[in-house]
Amino acid sequence: MNGLGLAFSDAFALLAGFDRRVAEIVLLSLQVSGLAVLFGTVLGLPLGACLGVGRFPGRQALVVLLNGCMGLPSVVVGVVVYLALSRSGPLGKFGLLYSPAAMVIAQTLLVVPLMAAIARQVVEDAWRDYEEELTAMGFGWADSVRVLLHDCRHSLLVAVLAGLGRAMSEVGAVMIVGGNIEHSTRTMTTAIALETSKGDLPLAVALGLVLLAVILLLNGIAHALRQWAMRRYA
Amino acid sequence: MAHGILKKLKLAVLGLAALASAAHAGESIVLASTTSTEQSGLFNFILPIFEKDSGIAVKVVALGTGQALDVGRRGDADVLLVHDRAAEDKFVADGYGVDRRDVMYNDFVLVGPAADAAGVKGARDAVDAFGRIAGKGVSWVSRGDRSGTHAAELRFWQSAGVEPKGQGWYKEAGAGMGPTLNMAAGMGAYTLADRGTWASFRNRQDLAILFAGDPRLYNPYGVILVNPARHPHVKRAAGERFIDWITSPAGRRAISAYRIGNEQLFYPLPK
Repeated sequence: MNGLGLAFSDAFALLAGFDRRVAEIVLLSLQVSGLAVLFGTVLGLPLGACLGVGRFPGRQALVVLLNGCMGLPSVVVGVVVYLALSRSGPLGKFGLLYSPAAMVIAQTLLVVPLMAAIARQVVEDAWRDYEEELTAMGFGWADSVRVLLHDCRHSLLVAVLAGLGRAMSEVGAVMIVGGNIEHSTRTMTTAIALETSKGDLPLAVALGLVLLAVILLLNGIAHALRQWAMRRYA
Repeated sequence: MAHGILKKLKLAVLGLAALASAAHAGESIVLASTTSTEQSGLFNFILPIFEKDSGIAVKVVALGTGQALDVGRRGDADVLLVHDRAAEDKFVADGYGVDRRDVMYNDFVLVGPAADAAGVKGARDAVDAFGRIAGKGVSWVSRGDRSGTHAAELRFWQSAGVEPKGQGWYKEAGAGMGPTLNMAAGMGAYTLADRGTWASFRNRQDLAILFAGDPRLYNPYGVILVNPARHPHVKRAAGERFIDWITSPAGRRAISAYRIGNEQLFYPLPK
């Protein structure tokens, strides 16, 4: 069997056999990325919405900066968080380096700009449509942000899914701040990087397929929830 | 709405705290080590024995030796297990580490395409082998990552009187042993590997060991405690317990017992 064929059969065996080690790293990936996306939702979406509605000097520059930060290399975020959390760094006394918490912090920094940038566009488009209406109803900008975040929630799901995709698939940041420690900070992506460096390419691709399956499953659930909510509340 | 945001934020912070405390449950030390020891499978074999014996979990961060020493200098590990004697001695002399001890050794092997265009198989010794590679100008992939293996490679070029940097045939990967072997396999190039990583490496394609056995290819590993006087948070007692164990008869037995197939990969020190 060639490499790719082997990878598919390995992936199937990993999924069907419910390998405990694989379950452990899938669970950690979900925990870490899930928390980062939760932070991203709570911080990034309102931030983006404020930027979409607010009108103040320097706003255009902020929008460009935010959009640019969508391309922030994960390795750079990893190194910066490493230096901050290192025992010799400003936050060293908390001893967070090489822990899942460090990975959540790094991934939060990665997904907040991405989720805020998407939210900014979505809310700004809606603001253009409803500005007159909301102003006539006497809403200030803070109330408008609140109303638009609520009204745009189905579109904002894309921002959440994009954040989840970015967090689950990045390897540069978690590798540096987590250290890829077995049973502690090994995630799907760092495990894939490890198997690649051992030259076990079929297993690396198999783990990649498992990761893809998990992300697809999450997207499927999100899609179904959205359909259900739209039917229910439309 | 603002209340809702606060509630969610609280939830997220609680989740983070739970993750952080889960990571701190039970006593553990951080061992910064090399990719060669991690990827050869040695740690997976010997650490459970130590953990069962001591109740101390060992968290291995696998890096190159240069990087592992940097992590130690910053105080981000408790114990180091590395292989670059000159750099290790400097680390201790500079006051960053204490209690350096010999642990084990294995050897470096020269690998390359089985056809061996450079004729390394017929080399008199390791220095001659490196000279032949430079003389023929066959492709060479260097680690280029300040690892112990990289330091050893640079010593051989120097002994052979070759300045490889900037030559067309000399490619610096800036990567661990595994990725470097992946590159060498893909390009049909030569490289220097530690025997442990080579033995556990799966994507060999056309690569084979072409030269080995010269005493100069000796590759000793040492263990160092990060200096608790410089970094007070270092887990001194647990770290020393690990150092005592890995250099004890029980640790030596565990190291000797690790094999891939029938091949023993590491030999305890002192001999």
